[in-house]
Amino acid sequence: MSDPNGISERQFSFCEEARDLLSDLEAALLQLENDPEDQETIGSVFRAMHTIKGSGAMFGFDAVANFTHNIESVYELVRSGGLLVSPALISLTLRARDHILHLLEATVSGAALDQATGNGILRDLEKVVGVSHPEAASPVARGSASPAISGAENVYSIRFVPPSDVFLRGTNLLPLFAELGSLGDLTVTADTAALPSLGALEPDRCYLAFTMQLRSTGSVNDIRDVFLFVDEGDSLTITMLAGVTAQGGPASPAAPTGAATATAAAKPVTSSLRVSANKLDELINIVGELVTMQARLSRFAVDSGEIEISYIAEETERLTNLLRDNTMSIRMIPIEATFARYRRLVRDLAAELGKEIELITEGGETELDKSLIDQIADPLVHIIRNSVDHGIESPADRRRAGKPSCGRLVLSAAHTGSQVLIRITDDGRGIDPGRVRAKAIEKGLIDPHAELTEAEVFALIFRTGFSTAATVSSVSGRGVGMDVVKRNVEAMRGTIELASTPGRGTVITLQLPLTLAIIDGLLVRVSSQHFVFPVAQVLECMEMNVADVHGRRRGFIEVRDKLVPLIFLHEFFQLSAESVTRSHILVAHTSLGHFGFVVDEVIGDHKTVIKQLGPLYRKVEGLAGSTILSDGGIALILDSDRLAQSATNEAVASAA
Amino acid sequence: MPKTILAVDDSVSIRQLVGHTLRTAGFNVIEASDGQDALDKLKTPVDLVLTDLNMPRVDGLALTKAIRASAAHRYTPVLLLTTESEPGRKLEGKNAGATGWLVKPFQPEQLLATIRKVLG
Repeated sequence: MSDPNGISERQFSFCEEARDLLSDLEAALLQLENDPEDQETIGSVFRAMHTIKGSGAMFGFDAVANFTHNIESVYELVRSGGLLVSPALISLTLRARDHILHLLEATVSGAALDQATGNGILRDLEKVVGVSHPEAASPVARGSASPAISGAENVYSIRFVPPSDVFLRGTNLLPLFAELGSLGDLTVTADTAALPSLGALEPDRCYLAFTMQLRSTGSVNDIRDVFLFVDEGDSLTITMLAGVTAQGGPASPAAPTGAATATAAAKPVTSSLRVSANKLDELINIVGELVTMQARLSRFAVDSGEIEISYIAEETERLTNLLRDNTMSIRMIPIEATFARYRRLVRDLAAELGKEIELITEGGETELDKSLIDQIADPLVHIIRNSVDHGIESPADRRRAGKPSCGRLVLSAAHTGSQVLIRITDDGRGIDPGRVRAKAIEKGLIDPHAELTEAEVFALIFRTGFSTAATVSSVSGRGVGMDVVKRNVEAMRGTIELASTPGRGTVITLQLPLTLAIIDGLLVRVSSQHFVFPVAQVLECMEMNVADVHGRRRGFIEVRDKLVPLIFLHEFFQLSAESVTRSHILVAHTSLGHFGFVVDEVIGDHKTVIKQLGPLYRKVEGLAGSTILSDGGIALILDSDRLAQSATNEAVASAA
Repeated sequence: MPKTILAVDDSVSIRQLVGHTLRTAGFNVIEASDGQDALDKLKTPVDLVLTDLNMPRVDGLALTKAIRASAAHRYTPVLLLTTESEPGRKLEGKNAGATGWLVKPFQPEQLLATIRKVLG
């Protein structure tokens, strides 16, 4: 700033303004001498100082700002009535005003600043005011960046309860979450517990609270800064859940700032608890009953027409659903542990067979019901054994086929909606559909002239009595075939599919429900009995004249140009037929193709908690379990695959 | 649509600095020399009001209260320019209905960061 021409245009304009202000100040001070109690004039003196200080600091006139700050403080005292204007004060202020002008000009011209005069004025001011104004209280400290422990990633739990009048101060909460999200990985959950009923709701009040989890390298102060404008002191709670030191970073001792600001930082609370599976099952059972009771309550609330009861019912429903989801999630465990078991299996098998195999697992974090994981473990072992034994070739064969000598086996898991997909992919020799076909004909599973699609040919592998291994090795092919695998998977309401390209490899895809305990069902009535159909299998519902159903082609209907076999449920379960003129048909997808199930009435959606049937009924064909209805009645859950299977068997038997 | 900011300050140089910074960042800026001038200019819609506290005629606090009392601008964010010598005024500002504050002296980047914090 030594070069007068070096000051910017804006600094120049500040100088102009400051000079004006200083001459106004001079006039105001002289007026104040005549009328020491004129608040208006005191105000304008204060404002002049205030502006010179504030602008001075912003335009780089630090000396001006620092000095003026002291004078401003005195006049703040005067303005608030803490100090009376005296002739001594006025003359001191006039001296100060001259000094400010000097500081201004000296800064612009780059001349030496006259510190002595300034200090003299301040000393005299102290005598007048009787309060010391240490210059050290530097008012121009620039905002310093808050210290952060760099390289360390922490997990914070943040609870934010905005003041209820937050919107009335023009605050928009969304940018805050966006800003917080820019610090790291953020999950926000809104807590609506404090929401009043519609009648009592004031639309411009904030009733929400937020619980957030943030994974960030930022410090507690960085987080507090985000909420700077909305934190009333108690509206923000930040807890550090766990600290993860970044790998490869400089080994830094825990920064004292971090330790100080995170006093509330509890120890990592990621501990877990082992609970017996029986207790969980019991809990699921109780929750299941609660869900049922809840449905009764909701129905009663609707029927009663009482608003107050409806509120309670709705709230209970929300809590019940939360409880149900939570309970279910307790049973959800990542499939990782199961995958890890197979690593050893593949290694040992490969060694035994003299093969080189690399096992790759993907999506190990995918969670599914513990009981499913338990039940899927054995079928998976079987599939993997098959892939290792029959699928992947010996290193010599692989080299001859132009593939790397080390085979790849990929085990992957992923969520798709309410289903889990588990895929076992190998890059082995694949399956030749021609050989499968020949084998099936040899075993008498299909007619030699049967026209089959490739998918149908591959489906033969899962038929009872099929085994393609030419020789029985010690690893696979000991009578437990893929048919057992398929049955196990279907028992879990899952499906299994195989696709293969000869020479390139095989993919086996298992599709499983997330949980065994709850299904989305469609409630239907046959005679006086209620049944639940898994909704995932229902393709469409139709309503027809009974006469048409029992018409020309008895036992079949035409659905979208296809003949679909019908199963009359009241005949199947030997229930008394109702004399109705219209009946309903559920067209469902089964393992044997599409089937139409004839019922008397389709009632609607039903979230079904599956209860196992007692030992006495477990062998009844076509039933998968039971459930309790909202009126306390019982509905049986239909197993459409088994129904189709046994109806087909019956038809074949009666035709023979 | 660029957002419009009403910048209120009795210091011409501060208004220039604020105006220049905001215009460079792509905002529309309306300048007002004090609270009364600001209230007159609030006839047009604005997205944010940035105001100094100490001003002749109508000061920043009174301006904030007036904004909160008006139907059209009840929810408009108001940022106060304060100085570190007035910690108590920050609270007064909040009680008057201010959305946030910015401590003078500030750097142009701090001004923009604060405005983005409020406007998103």
